[in-house]
Amino acid sequence: MVVFIAKRLGYMVLTMLVVSILVFVMLEFSPGNVARKVLGPYATQEQLAIWLEANGYNNPLWERYITWLGNALTGDFGDSIIYKVPVNDVLWDRLGNTAILGLAVLVVMVPIALTLGVLAGMKEGSALDRTISITSIVTTSIPEFASTVFLAAIFVFGLGLLPGTSAMTSGFNLAELVLPVMALVLYDFGYVARMTRASMAEVMQTPYIRTAILKGLPYYRVIVKHALRNALIAPFTVIMLQINWLLSGVIVVEFFFAYKGFGALLLEASLRQDIYMIEACAMVAVFVAVGTQTLADIGYMFLNPRIRFS
Amino acid sequence: MTEQTVGGDTDIPKRPPWYVRAWNAIKLLRETTVGMIGVAIVAFWLLVAMFAPLLTAYDPNATIAPFQKPFATVGENFFLLGTDHLGRDIWSRIAHGSRTVLFYAPLATLSAYIVGILMGVLAGYRRGWYDEILSRISDIILSFPVLVLYVIVIATFGASGTNIVIAITFASAPGIMRIVRGLVLDLRNRDYIAAAQTRGESPWRIMLVELLPNARGPLIVDACLRLGYVTITIGVLGFLGLGLPPPDPDWGGMINESRNMAQVFPHMVIFPCIAISSLVLGLNLIADGLREISLND
Repeated sequence: MVVFIAKRLGYMVLTMLVVSILVFVMLEFSPGNVARKVLGPYATQEQLAIWLEANGYNNPLWERYITWLGNALTGDFGDSIIYKVPVNDVLWDRLGNTAILGLAVLVVMVPIALTLGVLAGMKEGSALDRTISITSIVTTSIPEFASTVFLAAIFVFGLGLLPGTSAMTSGFNLAELVLPVMALVLYDFGYVARMTRASMAEVMQTPYIRTAILKGLPYYRVIVKHALRNALIAPFTVIMLQINWLLSGVIVVEFFFAYKGFGALLLEASLRQDIYMIEACAMVAVFVAVGTQTLADIGYMFLNPRIRFS
Repeated sequence: MTEQTVGGDTDIPKRPPWYVRAWNAIKLLRETTVGMIGVAIVAFWLLVAMFAPLLTAYDPNATIAPFQKPFATVGENFFLLGTDHLGRDIWSRIAHGSRTVLFYAPLATLSAYIVGILMGVLAGYRRGWYDEILSRISDIILSFPVLVLYVIVIATFGASGTNIVIAITFASAPGIMRIVRGLVLDLRNRDYIAAAQTRGESPWRIMLVELLPNARGPLIVDACLRLGYVTITIGVLGFLGLGLPPPDPDWGGMINESRNMAQVFPHMVIFPCIAISSLVLGLNLIADGLREISLND
């Protein structure tokens, strides 16, 4: 088991290294390009040359990568070109805001998705099953940007109940969090519900459930005490992997609602080619993504005795 | 086809041409209401894309009368879905925009499938180092959040149709590879593969002619879902300002351009949203219908 965890962690480090090389080469392959972006379109050739020399950009690519990697490992990602302050001053606040958003989404989505999935999977092919399945197909067909528009049209323009932007200019405001969370939940819950349904349906067909029903246990006890314990192992992995999707979703939703989070920062940095900020954001994104996958794998092993003891 | 004529071919029924088989496949979908609704929605958008110039009265980029609500009449001009802030007819832009989506989404999906299938059959059939390397590469690409990848890559290399297709291929091929690899691993020990190997067929012929056609069932369902997802991706990129360059209409781009006016003129953003959601829904319903049929068999 220790070997398994060590393997997963080693694999995680390897993935991050490969991604860091790809991102670095893509963004910093040509030093002249970097200097132009940092110093702006009006810098003279002379200024560019001085900057390149001063920042070690005349060294070969691999040497620059090693230096960058060393700095990144000690937490120094350089200065943001847009904000003119160290990347760290902006990045972590934004990431914290996104963590609040993501947590709120999971808190709302997981109970809904699991309940619907279990209800649908209990009786495969029933009217309830079909209704829940079709609903989840419809909601996953509406892209996040479209659901933000529909939700805004109903709750902001139509009923005037909620604010249409979530910039949180006057401190934290729960009302401003409602629409972004709703949009993300709407898009994501369908997938988790469908996966839960599949897992539940599979468990319901096993011999031990048939035995439990035939020996006369009350139906709810069969579900709660026997079926759920096995049926909820697979959704655990799905939910953990959903965090990866959430990282994509927040870009759209934060952009639309002007929420000051990680996704909006990444988009702004990419559009305005804030090189050091993009590098930092990419590394954070891949860390969160691979980290949750590793946790999902390890957690799955703990939850599933058949794997744990084999 | 010479193999078929060896020894008394009179009993072998002739294989119907592809269009007959395609029509039979669509007829199969009639068994599922859901699948038929999907076919109807997708067929609607295909027809709109095909006959866009006939179905619209105005050029999609012509500026006529700004800020008109749906069903507005200005002089002799009638605007079914209203006009946007630059006075362009929204129905014309949606109809012409369907051409963009229905061109780039299948193109990107196809390109991803070609790469993914080649990777998948190679990894599944050859095993060994091919499998090891291709699987590792896919794992790394798949572990990255897709939209983060699209945003960084497309913002760096510039937004254009070609770059969007390349980025989607890059990000989707590993997922397709995994499916194909799994299917091939299951099929590679069948008798007809051994027979082909004994006949001395080349590995590529075995992979593409013997293995691939037998793996098509699950791939067709996946293709429908993926096509829907690629449609969403193209819309999202347009919405984020990373889509095809203006002024040509693109559903995501239309929403992005009118985003700031949505509060006063919701029709400018709602109709493109309905368009893209319905197309994706149609594709997902077809996929669901196909899956249901394959389970019934």
